[in-house]
Amino acid sequence: MQAVEVSHIVKSFADRVVVNDLSFSVAQGEIFGLIGPNGAGKTTTIRMMMDIIKPDSGDVTILGEKLSEATKNKLGYLPEERGLYKKLGVLDSIIYLASLKGVDRRSAEERADELLNQTGMLPHKRKKIEELSRGMGQIIQFIVSVIHDPELVVLDEPFAGLDPVNTELLKGMLFDLRSQGKALILSTHQMNEIEELCDRILMINHGRSVLYGNLAEIKSKYRSNSVLLGFEGELGEVRGVTEKRTHKGYVELVLDGNTTPQQVLERLVSRGIVVNRFEIATPPLNEIFLKVVGKGHE
Amino acid sequence: MTLIVPLIALLLIGVIQLVSGIAGPTAEPTTIGYVDELGGFQQYTSQGNITLVRFDTSDAATDALIRGDISEYFVIPQDYISTGLINRYTLEKQLAASPAITAAINNFLLNNLLAGKVPAATIARIEAPSNLVTTRLTETGAVAPEQGGYGNLIIPFVFSILLALSIIFSSTYLLQGLGEEKENRLIEILLSSVSARELLTGKVLGIGAAGLVQVGIWVISAPLLLNLASSSVGGFISTIQLPANFIALAVVYFILGYLLFAVLSAAIGAISSGSREGQQLIGVFTLPLLIPLWFTSLLMFFPDNPAWIFFTIFPLSAPVEVIMRLGVSDIPAWQLVASIAVLVLSTIGILLLTTRVFRTYLLMYGKRPGIGEVIRNLRSG
Repeated sequence: MQAVEVSHIVKSFADRVVVNDLSFSVAQGEIFGLIGPNGAGKTTTIRMMMDIIKPDSGDVTILGEKLSEATKNKLGYLPEERGLYKKLGVLDSIIYLASLKGVDRRSAEERADELLNQTGMLPHKRKKIEELSRGMGQIIQFIVSVIHDPELVVLDEPFAGLDPVNTELLKGMLFDLRSQGKALILSTHQMNEIEELCDRILMINHGRSVLYGNLAEIKSKYRSNSVLLGFEGELGEVRGVTEKRTHKGYVELVLDGNTTPQQVLERLVSRGIVVNRFEIATPPLNEIFLKVVGKGHE
Repeated sequence: MTLIVPLIALLLIGVIQLVSGIAGPTAEPTTIGYVDELGGFQQYTSQGNITLVRFDTSDAATDALIRGDISEYFVIPQDYISTGLINRYTLEKQLAASPAITAAINNFLLNNLLAGKVPAATIARIEAPSNLVTTRLTETGAVAPEQGGYGNLIIPFVFSILLALSIIFSSTYLLQGLGEEKENRLIEILLSSVSARELLTGKVLGIGAAGLVQVGIWVISAPLLLNLASSSVGGFISTIQLPANFIALAVVYFILGYLLFAVLSAAIGAISSGSREGQQLIGVFTLPLLIPLWFTSLLMFFPDNPAWIFFTIFPLSAPVEVIMRLGVSDIPAWQLVASIAVLVLSTIGILLLTTRVFRTYLLMYGKRPGIGEVIRNLRSG
């Protein structure tokens, strides 16, 4: 059973189509990246998954069920723009929002203690929200999004505003959730976070899917026909290489259409060149993003 | 606020007791002058606490006024009989002569004009032709338990103000909460946990229950305070009574009035960008709620004017108008039925419209939609 099954959803606001015939699925036990430029329709898509707004057409199935009030208790959501009741205490905020997810007070308190302890926030338990720093508030919001042990957690820009220590802490917790078989959807502009965390991605632009699938496969599809080479000795001319780009500590060899990386490696070894790095160049996700989105803008 | 209102009433009773214990109702003896140019006005110069002193000329009277011997004087001109004109002179800045002075001057003139022509007892009757005592009968001819009069008016009038404030406070509170949740984006977390309908219902019922407790405490404390006041202060306060059905209607109109304004607040909270803007918008609707209070004196003197029927049935003004009218006259049953029916129907109507736009606009931050856009969304929503 898929954690999320979105099929052909469409949403327009005042004659403007924001999400246009979007379909994707997210499996249990995976971290799924949802990326796209500003205004691409990410937040609208997330809101439709969370049943905050309804699609004009198409279906959203969560954990094999049509969205209902009961399924909402299995969802956790960290919205991009965050806020809590400023005058309310940390523990009270967590308990109240957990109660909306059907968690009774005692279990909520127990689990809150556990999570506050895990995130090093236990000493701030009795403070008011307004006394916390922005990063701390964000940790509390993250706790709120997982307090009810949801099967699916949607995190919109979870790392924005976090210091490196808390970023690492949060990543660790996300991996833990994945290993527990939870499905996680991560929406962010930080491509390096996506590359580090996500198994599969969906890139949307103008409300449409432009890239979808396994991250490694997507990257290999977008690889340029070149290899990255670190070596000792004199390189000279290599047959099948049309261009050499020198970078710090390595060169990028652009191959002609008929030569494979394997052939280049053989030629280098046969000439006695000491190879200490040989890597098929895959473009960073950032570059793919710019390429795909740039094409959409043309 | 909940307990403050009864406490203030308690405090007032105490203060009245204290003040009336220290100073009795004695009026200052006053001396006023008069110049009799017509002649024949010499008797009856003592009118209660007011003593009238005759002067030969206006100049002499002015001097006495400046010296402070008299507080004011008046001149009876030679053509008084044909014109009725009396010229009054005073050092004080006043709107008009006080009722006591006016009565003293009138009685002095009347007594002197009629002296010797009619018996003294008749003069006394002409001064005060009637001492009107009204008794309200029921349709069977028995004396009605509820007698009306000013004693009947006080509680409903005070209560209508409290009711208006309570409705405004409760719905403002709802509006503020919603505005705050919209501003700090908590609304997204709330809507990802409960449906828009549940959120709306929860807010309206929760804040409404708090308001109802408040009104309940006021309503229940009113008879107790009245008993206390009439036994300790007495006088006019002992004539104060609660109109029939008052408690029941007060509670019914609080609930219905609050529901209407709560639903309106929720709709406004959803479409406005923040709590401040929302409060400006709700002002348009709270104005009609307060309109009956502006016309208090008109209602007192013309209780049967058809205009009040309109305010009784118009849903935004009905809660305050009905409570106020209870103190002045009976409200025909058909008007109460129509009023409650219109209130209920308009609340349901607005609720249906609100639930259509509530979810959409709660998530729209920044710009407030134009009326045209809201109507378009209502159609398509």
